[in-house]
Amino acid sequence: MVGVVIVSHSAKIAEGIKELALQMAKDHPVFTAGGTQDGGIGTDPMRIQEAIENADQGDGVAVLADLGSAVMSVDLAKEMIEPELSARVFLANAPIVEGSIAAVVEASLGSSLDKVLQTAADAKNMNKE
Amino acid sequence: MTAIEAIKLAGQAIIEEKDFLTDLDQAIGDGDHGINMARGFSSVFTKIDALKDDADISMVLKTVGMGLISSVGGASGPLYGTAFLRASAACKDKNAIDAVTAKEMLDAAIKGIQDRGKAVKGEKTMLDALIPASEAIGTGIDAGKNVVECLKDAVEAAQTGVEYTKTIIATKGRASYLAERSIGHQDPGATSSTTMLKALYEYVK
Repeated sequence: MVGVVIVSHSAKIAEGIKELALQMAKDHPVFTAGGTQDGGIGTDPMRIQEAIENADQGDGVAVLADLGSAVMSVDLAKEMIEPELSARVFLANAPIVEGSIAAVVEASLGSSLDKVLQTAADAKNMNKE
Repeated sequence: MTAIEAIKLAGQAIIEEKDFLTDLDQAIGDGDHGINMARGFSSVFTKIDALKDDADISMVLKTVGMGLISSVGGASGPLYGTAFLRASAACKDKNAIDAVTAKEMLDAAIKGIQDRGKAVKGEKTMLDALIPASEAIGTGIDAGKNVVECLKDAVEAAQTGVEYTKTIIATKGRASYLAERSIGHQDPGATSSTTMLKALYEYVK
């Protein structure tokens, strides 16, 4: 199973998205790294690293992130983890809410990491008109 | 003179400017730059106090980088954190810093910031202070100046760079949401970079 990590500046956003996603895929390995260590707004590469390590079951990890420093902190976390694990961790080019839910559902079907990332990216095209 | 003392003065200068940096960031960003950087350096101070007395310059800078990465929270954490880690790698095994090494360290830091933030000069970021500072050191080296004279020129170039950021539109980071409304405001990251350079120069002069 591909693991999913949700990275947001806000712990509430990250936890809320996880809650939404798990409605569709109970018990899937979804881990969050929301906010800073002291409970403030921000992102923390160390907490992202920990979430990635927890989410990985051997089939890779799709990471969903929100704004600016979240993306940079994910890059940094990837540099800090074991290269062997890092090679199967990718940031999805996707909106964080729709992308996370799409990724978790796809991953829960047992799909490959590539497929999970693609499905997450496709969530961008969701039509709300 | 020690690297630990230099870092403490740079960090102290940032902590003293906390409110000013936060005001600048409130105008065009998410308003946390001063608070984040002050928290970062407070955490760094604890970490460098725990270092052994014989820790070399590279080790001190590495500790600063890791400390900022783990405690800042905002974009300046990964950016400055990477900058200090790269500067640390550029002065490995050195016990003194001459002008050439100083430029190598600053260039490595700039490269780190660019790798992380994907920015170039002219996008209203810390690079608009740091790149001119590095260029000024290069010009100083060519003119046969020593490291202190080069740093003086670097600070002046960085200050000019901060002024320049008032005239341009932000295209990176949270300020980019404001587009042309970011004109007239100086960039908080360029400002904090200059503050650190200036504190370093005041210490070594």
